Amino acid sequence: MKRNIFAGALTILTAISLMTSCTKKTDELVIGEYGSLTGNDATFGQSTHKGIQMAIDEINAAGGIKGKKIKLITYDDQGKPDEAASVVKRLITQDKVIAIIGEVASGRTMAAAPIAQQYKIPMISPSSTNPEVTKKGDYIFRICFIDPFQGYVAAKFATENLKFKKAAILRDIKNDYSVGLADVFAAEFKKMGGTIVLDQSYQGNDLDFNAQLTQVKSKNPDVIFVPGYYTEVGLIALQARKLGINAPLLGGDGWDSDKLNEIGKEAINGSYFSNHYTSESTDPVVQDFIKRFKEKYSGEVADGLAALGYDAMKILAQSIERLTEVTPENIKNEIAKTTDFPGVTGKITINGERNAVKSAVIVQVDNEKRKYITTVNP
Amino acid sequence: MKWFKNPILSLIAMLIVGLIFNFSVNAYIQITILFIMVNCILALSLNLVNGLTGQFSLGHAGFMAVGAYFAAYAGLNWSFGSPSLLAFQFFLYTLGGGILAAICGYLVGLPSLRLKGDYLAIVTLGFGEIIRVTLLNIDTLGGARGISGIPSFPEYDPVIFTSFFTSYIFASIWLIICFFFLWRIMQSQNGRAFLSVREDEIAAEALGVNTTKAKVRSFVISSFFAGVAGALYAHLTNYISPSSFTFLQSVNVVIMVVLGGMGSFSGAILAAAFVTIAPELLRSLQAVTGVDLRMVIFSLCLILIMIFRPKGLMGEKELTDVFPWLRLGRKKA
Amino acid sequence: MQDLIQHIINGVSLGSIYALIALGYTMVYGILQMINFAHSDVYMVGAFAAYFVARWFGLNNSPGVGTLITLLIVSIAACSLLGLAIERFAYRPLRRAPKLNILITAIGVSLFLQFSGQLIFGADPKVFPNVIEDATLFYIMEVPVKSFDIAILGVSVCAMAILHYLIYYTKLGMAMRAVSVNGPVASMLGVNVNRVIGFTFVVGSSLAGIGSILVGMKYPKIEPLMGTMIGLKAFVAAVLGGIGSVPGAVLGGVIMGLSEEMVVAYLSSTYRDALAFGILIVILIFRPAGLLGKYTIEKV
Repeated sequence: MKRNIFAGALTILTAISLMTSCTKKTDELVIGEYGSLTGNDATFGQSTHKGIQMAIDEINAAGGIKGKKIKLITYDDQGKPDEAASVVKRLITQDKVIAIIGEVASGRTMAAAPIAQQYKIPMISPSSTNPEVTKKGDYIFRICFIDPFQGYVAAKFATENLKFKKAAILRDIKNDYSVGLADVFAAEFKKMGGTIVLDQSYQGNDLDFNAQLTQVKSKNPDVIFVPGYYTEVGLIALQARKLGINAPLLGGDGWDSDKLNEIGKEAINGSYFSNHYTSESTDPVVQDFIKRFKEKYSGEVADGLAALGYDAMKILAQSIERLTEVTPENIKNEIAKTTDFPGVTGKITINGERNAVKSAVIVQVDNEKRKYITTVNP
Repeated sequence: MKWFKNPILSLIAMLIVGLIFNFSVNAYIQITILFIMVNCILALSLNLVNGLTGQFSLGHAGFMAVGAYFAAYAGLNWSFGSPSLLAFQFFLYTLGGGILAAICGYLVGLPSLRLKGDYLAIVTLGFGEIIRVTLLNIDTLGGARGISGIPSFPEYDPVIFTSFFTSYIFASIWLIICFFFLWRIMQSQNGRAFLSVREDEIAAEALGVNTTKAKVRSFVISSFFAGVAGALYAHLTNYISPSSFTFLQSVNVVIMVVLGGMGSFSGAILAAAFVTIAPELLRSLQAVTGVDLRMVIFSLCLILIMIFRPKGLMGEKELTDVFPWLRLGRKKA
Repeated sequence: MQDLIQHIINGVSLGSIYALIALGYTMVYGILQMINFAHSDVYMVGAFAAYFVARWFGLNNSPGVGTLITLLIVSIAACSLLGLAIERFAYRPLRRAPKLNILITAIGVSLFLQFSGQLIFGADPKVFPNVIEDATLFYIMEVPVKSFDIAILGVSVCAMAILHYLIYYTKLGMAMRAVSVNGPVASMLGVNVNRVIGFTFVVGSSLAGIGSILVGMKYPKIEPLMGTMIGLKAFVAAVLGGIGSVPGAVLGGVIMGLSEEMVVAYLSSTYRDALAFGILIVILIFRPAGLLGKYTIEKV
């Protein structure tokens, strides 16, 4: 009897799945997106998605690209690299996308990029900063700066602006972005005359950092460099202050989330991090973007991820617009030619290594606000 | 009509079916079929330990990982001989993965199989996780980043011997080897030893069966095929990382064995197919409802099966017991 | 020297958390000879129950003793009810079944709770409400000892003492011991086996509930999979101390906490989780009864 129930359930499921996958229009441009909509760093994927969606809605409202509307297919990779690889494969083989936008976390982009390269579908990462990402192949691009620059920015700020001499590093050893950025910072900081008093590690998803922080406290650094993602950074700040460590924390764009101070509370106030853009910029392009974003998403202030997602989609759209024949290979060639694109996150030019050369800003955490401190140019 | 039970003829039959798949279905369904075959090998191998020998192993993913990493490393770094020997190389990679996994199985099994029931389960879980954490910390194997760009099975020509078909050939060969090897072993004295350990270990020991040897033997065989499955998996997905081989993956295989009926070959195969297909079907449902129901439904199924039908789909019977006409005229042994 | 003292304090604090959850594992194993895989997920549900109640009643940012007591009651109630429900619907039907089946069911329940949690609560981490302010109670050689750490350790030790008294000096405890030795005979002699087992689950789950509040205070991030690692380490602690033994659970917990702290501080954080599995395997291979347990020989 159970076998009959099984067979019946299987038939019903098959029927439903066939029905739901039966809608395919041919006069649309299908773009794929993959991101961490759930998981430990969920705000990354969610913010990026909002930026991309806003760009698409604006483009479609203005008539689409070459008369065709854009259709976005989004998959959640749950923050896992193997899931990222799997959904990208699905986007390419089943949904037949002509281009892909994603991901934020370098580790996940690096897992999925070889697949895009193998199937020759262009992939634009809005905010992966590890230099290895674009080395995966000539179909992989990014529109943000890379960590060798970001580490230099952080080190320069610490030594020149804050005049710090001793730094401790607390890196996320399971995270390529964190490890890469930490290495660059260590090298640059030493070059600028500082000393790294301690280099400790933790693992993403850890709850307890007291052991590492106790070691840090004993070395008494001026600043603690924590190039991780916002959830752990918040917890680290809390535990550091509880242990009596008063030195400020310094970090990278992985801090960029409104959840940072939800978790870190007062402990994270006064700490600094480098980012791709600041919502306090006086540039009218930026302010206009922020205004439209607030209107669309009930008063939410766009963070760096959203701005980069928006820019990535706009660059992709513009590249497709310039083409006569729309094929993935042509799109790839066109993206590579992007020069001085007026993005929300600055003027974007894609160089020979398929990276963008841009400035970075340093902001300071002040509850929900991110106070703009300074800009560092390449 | 006797082809069903002869390995060579079964292989030929599967290859003909594969050729049909090669031309008729899209890439995504093709990949799903390949995954079904890998899961079948996993289910059959775990069935040997959990179902037929009665030892509860929760660390299957660890052996899969060993095989996968070996194949990935070998595939990326070693190559010898001319391109025409490429297929042979890949066969060696999968074989090597299996052997390495079998060695690990021996090392894990020897100290652990003295324990019983719950304790054995926990120790195997522990070993599975230790293997995973070790791989996570070895940087030459990619660490948390994993290994990407693992070569797929070679493509010889774009029409017939496409990458899918060659992968299918490899998977079929190993599936046939696994199935028939295990089937024949169960008919042998070793197989009787395994069953006796399952039924009553103390009585078996009293009757002269070397239960430790039997348990270790079944464990090693099972690990070998888990390693082979892992190697196939690596070549199919082109990307592996320690997070592909967590405890959840072990539980996935356990679900297949339990669902199919612990001890049933055909049950394991059917359940493996079901467990592979169901998430894909549910994914389309997910697009409509917006939530990921896969694991929730699976875990609920596990609970309900254990309470209401612990014997699983097929119990201890085989498909030929349920549908006697499948025996195709032969009498039951 | 100061570092070492701080590390010891950290380690004991961490260990006390493991001890509290280990007590739940050890009690259920002691009476039913089954590993309740779902225990750590009951703990997770308690934390979320407290989180949601705090949000609905606006207690999110009002730390104080009142909030603490309210959330404790909520968490204990949620965990106990859930524990009872699991026992009644998932484990009781399988009481006569082979051990293997219950183990698989326990895994099933654990996964079900985890993934339903992801479904219902969302898989992203949430911030635990501010329950009570942390204060420095006293100093050991200029190293501050905080109230949270003392509270966690204190609760674990009290729980151990109360449980010990319960099991060895009360009638109910005698019933529990009777059921653990031979359930059917105990029921023939007048013990209401179902009630006793239910009570055991309630006690174990309540401890998990208390634990979830204490942990939420110390590490304010909660997410549906938070129980997995902590549960596994607490389970190893229970095995280390001798599964079935109440003082063993606390001893095991403290040892686990201290060793984890030392390994992370002086070696590397990458060995943090591997250490737990390593200890588990070493103990099971060399001394399966644990430090304080007794090895029973399987009779025909």
